[in-house]
Amino acid sequence: MSETVPMNPDGDLTVVPPVFLDLKGHHHPENGTLLGFWIYLMSDCLIFACLFAAYGVLGRNYAGGPSGAELFELPLVAVNTGLLLLSSITYGFGMVSMQSGRKGGVLAWLAITGLLGAGFIGIELYEFTHLIAEGAGPQRSAFLTSFFSLVGTHGLHVTFGIVWLLVLMTQVTRFGLTPANRRRLFCLSMFWHFLDVVWVGVFTFVYLMGVLP
Amino acid sequence: MFEPATAPETVSPLFGRLSLSSIPYHEPILVATFAGVALGGLLVLGLLTKFRLWGPLWRDWFTSIDHKKIGIMYMVLGLVMLLRGFADALMMRAQQAVAFGDNPGFLPPHHYDQVFTAHGVIMIFFVAMPFITGLMNYVVPLQIGARDVAFPFLNNFSFWMTTAGSVLVMLSLFIGEFARTGWLAYPPLSDIVHSPDTGVDYYIWALQIAGIGTTLSGINLLVTIIKMRAPGMHLMRMPVFTWTSLCSNVLIVASFPVLTAALAMLTLDRYLGTHFFTNDFGGNPMMYINLIWIWGHPEVYILILPLFGVYSEVVATYSGKRLFGYSSMVYATVCITILSYLVWLHHFFTMGSGASVNSFFGITTMIISIPTGAKIFNWLFTMYRGRIRLEVPMLWTLGFMVTFTVGGMTGVLLAVPPADFVLHNSLFLIAHFHNVIIGGVVFGVFAAMTYWFPKAFGFRLDEFWGRMAFWLWLAGYWFAFTPLYVLGLMGVTRRMNHFDDLSLQPYFIVAAFGALLIAAGIGSFLMCLFVSFRKREQLRDVTGDPWHGRTLEWSTSSPPPEYNFAFTPVVHDTDAWWDMKQLGFQRPQSGFLPIHMPKNTAAGIILAGISLVFGFAMIWHIWWLVVVTFAAAVISAIAHTFNYNRDYNIPADVVARTEAARTQQLVSTHV
Amino acid sequence: MSHPAELHADHGHADHGHGGHGEDPIHFSVRGYLIGFALSVVLTAIPFWLVMAKVIPSSTGAAVAVLLIALVQILVHMVFFLHLDAKSQGGWNMLALIFTLVLVVIMLAGSLWVMHHMNANMMPMPMSPHEMRNMP
Repeated sequence: MSETVPMNPDGDLTVVPPVFLDLKGHHHPENGTLLGFWIYLMSDCLIFACLFAAYGVLGRNYAGGPSGAELFELPLVAVNTGLLLLSSITYGFGMVSMQSGRKGGVLAWLAITGLLGAGFIGIELYEFTHLIAEGAGPQRSAFLTSFFSLVGTHGLHVTFGIVWLLVLMTQVTRFGLTPANRRRLFCLSMFWHFLDVVWVGVFTFVYLMGVLP
Repeated sequence: MFEPATAPETVSPLFGRLSLSSIPYHEPILVATFAGVALGGLLVLGLLTKFRLWGPLWRDWFTSIDHKKIGIMYMVLGLVMLLRGFADALMMRAQQAVAFGDNPGFLPPHHYDQVFTAHGVIMIFFVAMPFITGLMNYVVPLQIGARDVAFPFLNNFSFWMTTAGSVLVMLSLFIGEFARTGWLAYPPLSDIVHSPDTGVDYYIWALQIAGIGTTLSGINLLVTIIKMRAPGMHLMRMPVFTWTSLCSNVLIVASFPVLTAALAMLTLDRYLGTHFFTNDFGGNPMMYINLIWIWGHPEVYILILPLFGVYSEVVATYSGKRLFGYSSMVYATVCITILSYLVWLHHFFTMGSGASVNSFFGITTMIISIPTGAKIFNWLFTMYRGRIRLEVPMLWTLGFMVTFTVGGMTGVLLAVPPADFVLHNSLFLIAHFHNVIIGGVVFGVFAAMTYWFPKAFGFRLDEFWGRMAFWLWLAGYWFAFTPLYVLGLMGVTRRMNHFDDLSLQPYFIVAAFGALLIAAGIGSFLMCLFVSFRKREQLRDVTGDPWHGRTLEWSTSSPPPEYNFAFTPVVHDTDAWWDMKQLGFQRPQSGFLPIHMPKNTAAGIILAGISLVFGFAMIWHIWWLVVVTFAAAVISAIAHTFNYNRDYNIPADVVARTEAARTQQLVSTHV
Repeated sequence: MSHPAELHADHGHADHGHGGHGEDPIHFSVRGYLIGFALSVVLTAIPFWLVMAKVIPSSTGAAVAVLLIALVQILVHMVFFLHLDAKSQGGWNMLALIFTLVLVVIMLAGSLWVMHHMNANMMPMPMSPHEMRNMP
């Protein structure tokens, strides 16, 4: 048989039949987790696109109620943006630690990231309760419906990210920086940065453009 | 106009709005159906207990992460739901055949509306989608030389989520009511003011739960095809079925999020009183229709593309020839994938976007028919000068070519906006989409089932009953829908439960006759399964390659071993198995290695079960149960991530024994 | 499917950012993140300033400026934080991203265009009987 003849798979057929089987078991399909997670993020991107589209269509339908210019506190939004941006690089520093195999470093940076994320959510909850108390809740108008849904969905994603972060911290503490945990850290990294990308869209399209006359 | 659904709801903290009055004691059809289902169900449960099949069922099927088992379970789900969806069709045909003038028929609008809504929802989401997912799941890993999909646990979970959605729809028969809005639930009819009862909520949660399964399945198959192809299988050496599966899954991942978002917005409107699609406070119902069709048009291509792939495999195999125009088939499929995002407005030309918008989408719709036409020519050219064998899958394919082409042509007619202004929401439209779905998707599923059944089960399907099913379906389709084309051109509207014009009745009677022929066709297929099982030794195939196939799945035993391939194939050309056969491939007798496989798990069915209860609780406003099941789902999911021990090794000697048995089997066929 | 990376955990691949044979190793560096951060801060401060200080008189002009800057910042995030390049996952990440972006553009532009026309045609201002009689 040809199994001992290492040859070009598209080799000359007049000499020996080509190799049809991977008899040495060399072929290992590459792990698909990272690609799969990226594709999931793309699908999540489309959900946000629908919410952006809804905001684009409904965002000026005030129904006689308050508008963005009247409601949005841009300084607070700027602070929130800063928190999220900072949390992105603190997670990044966590990945640098992971690269060097420093478990302690990973856990520390993840903790800081989680706290910054919690701060972001805290401010957002404050903003939402304040708006609702003023009578500018999601039921007031289509503009407010689409505002709360878009910003709220982003906030839900961040919350989910924080929960995931806590679970991962537990798993890294218990099992260490195994290949599976590294993959998970990498996936959460993609998730977290993706949320920051969406936030750029949110603060631009919703808040900044929303206060323009 | 909007009749109140039932007496004012009773609401309690423990049961939400669920009460004894939610059970339709007074509907004879439903009571009889329930009796039938209960009896049949008890019979099945009794037999399972008698033959002690619970253990094997749980261990070997329900908790299996094997793509082959999961594929078969999807097909079973599709078949069961086909019976339910078709029962709805029979009821509609019966009603429309008799309800003229003074005769109100037996289905008042309140029920008729639920029947046509359920028919559409079930056929698209719980018959067609499971069928194509099942086919892709079973066949694609085998065709690319892989041992399973990229994420076997997710695969199991996806299946059970789809099943959970089906269960919710079935539950709506016996507890509460289903939606009365049509299969896409347009607001304002579907909003909380005009549909306050459970109907639209059943619809929403069934689709959202099943939708999670579908989206994950899409990601799964995409990564599988991209990452797990055998060495040497470049993209342009993949079987055409794998190509069309790739594109179909791209469409799934890229369109289902839109459905999720649109339904979520409708959910917020219904549950929290928001104003996405309301008539007041700045809402815009037209936005729902816009979004839902941005999903809806790619959805129909999701359904048809895998079947186009099936036809390519079938035509090439039974013509004994390589498929004509492989590259153009691939390019046509990719073109269709991209263009499917540029035509969605043709579903609502009449909503009022005006001439400029309508013209753009009318033109794009006409353009998208071109790549499909190219495919038809390629299939014909493949058959030309081939040694054609008219096996049952080939019959289905020929039936498809004739039927689908007509449907495609009526589609191009509808693509002309002025024509559509006359024909929109008429029976002409109904006839058109059934034409392409039955002619394209249904015929393709039957072709695929007949083609790959021997691979999955080790014996062929009975010829006689297979042919019977085909001819009855073909005749049945034409009798059932040709009258509808005529009626539509005459101006008859869809979704009517009663007509005043008695001159229309003969057409509806012919259509009902067609439906009966199709019923006989379905019966013949069930008969085919039953008879084939009884005669399985006569129909046995031990070669693993009963049709002289061309692609890698035919290189395995029938059924394949758990691990599919003892050694990963190395590919040199398209039609890899044909290539191997031509060039004198020899089975290895030794040197087997241990094989790394994923373990079975109950996590999928458990999570899906929790989701099912969550959906039920949301529908019936049982808020405490909503909180409990949501928490349970999160905790279960997190607990599952703590399980790192998900794989095991099949020892080399087990592999060796399995392969030796197969070699023995093959040798015996040559004696 | 199998997770070969776990079988080979002791082969020293563990110090790459993600497991598995034959994958492009992404190199994480503090410098990369700091540069990305600095750029992002600038690209955030500018649009906030433009709007809060009402620098550009026209609404449309301000909107366009702010959107363009956002696009640049998103690019910065993609490169410096998400480490996106044409080689990751054999080019499939980039392809998936481009396809998604094309669809997002179609969906956003398409929806805005369609709904604008729908609203213009289907939500007319209230008319007097005289105006209604003279409708085309």
